[in-house]
Amino acid sequence: MSSMIRWHRPGLSEWPDLGRLTDLRDEIERLFEAPLGELARTSQLLSGWTPALDVYEDKDAYTIRAELAGMKKEDIEVSLHDGCVTLAGERRPDDTLKDAEVCRSERFFGRFQRTVTLPGPVAVDKVKAHYQDGILTVTLPKTEEAKPKQIEVSVN
Amino acid sequence: MKPTTQKESSPARPTREYISPDVNIYETSEGYVLQAEMPGVNKQGLEITLENNEITLVGHRQAPAVAGEALFRESRAADYRRVFELDPAIDTEKVVARMDQGVLTLTLPKSERVKPRRIKVD
Repeated sequence: MSSMIRWHRPGLSEWPDLGRLTDLRDEIERLFEAPLGELARTSQLLSGWTPALDVYEDKDAYTIRAELAGMKKEDIEVSLHDGCVTLAGERRPDDTLKDAEVCRSERFFGRFQRTVTLPGPVAVDKVKAHYQDGILTVTLPKTEEAKPKQIEVSVN
Repeated sequence: MKPTTQKESSPARPTREYISPDVNIYETSEGYVLQAEMPGVNKQGLEITLENNEITLVGHRQAPAVAGEALFRESRAADYRRVFELDPAIDTEKVVARMDQGVLTLTLPKSERVKPRRIKVD
């Protein structure tokens, strides 16, 4: 018998606890009321934690922004390899609440990893990452050669 | 403690679009702890209102726009909003809110009279 659930590495993502059965009705109501965009996020149930990610480009740099609420700075890893940037990390639940009764559990805890292929070369030694208000911003300055240049042509 | 449906809160229903933040709610003998994920929102962008046993959480995104053209975008610009109906046992005078790295933590203590206590047998 074949299973239709996508294979994932054990331990990489945990199936979220749906809480008490009575909450299930609330959850269904929430799904029906949610805008369509919100529904797409339920795919997280199958793939683990997929933080929203944006990539921007201006003439000097590429900027990657990821929504990573409630992490510790030291639990975020940013790495560069072969023209790709990988953002990874682990979010841990609050230890002080481990004995509390869970009434509702929608937040994801565990590991995430996302990789972006950069459209052009970057100056590896000038990459900066900044984490504030639950948003990770990675600035990747372009190499001098990759920046657009204006060539002046004098016409006589 | 449970979220109210949009119908119940229709008088206050805003005309603009909001995102419903993901929440975790825990219950202890002391009270409830609610965590709501609102990346991009800081203390200044938070609006919490208590009315008729309902608590409304609104988070306005404060993060500045990134310069340049978006090549790829998954995040949404809409603000966050969600309404919860409070357990009558909660002492609304003592609700504490804290914002840390885009996660709002609300501590909602139960009033003294409903807390479990040990009764001494003479």
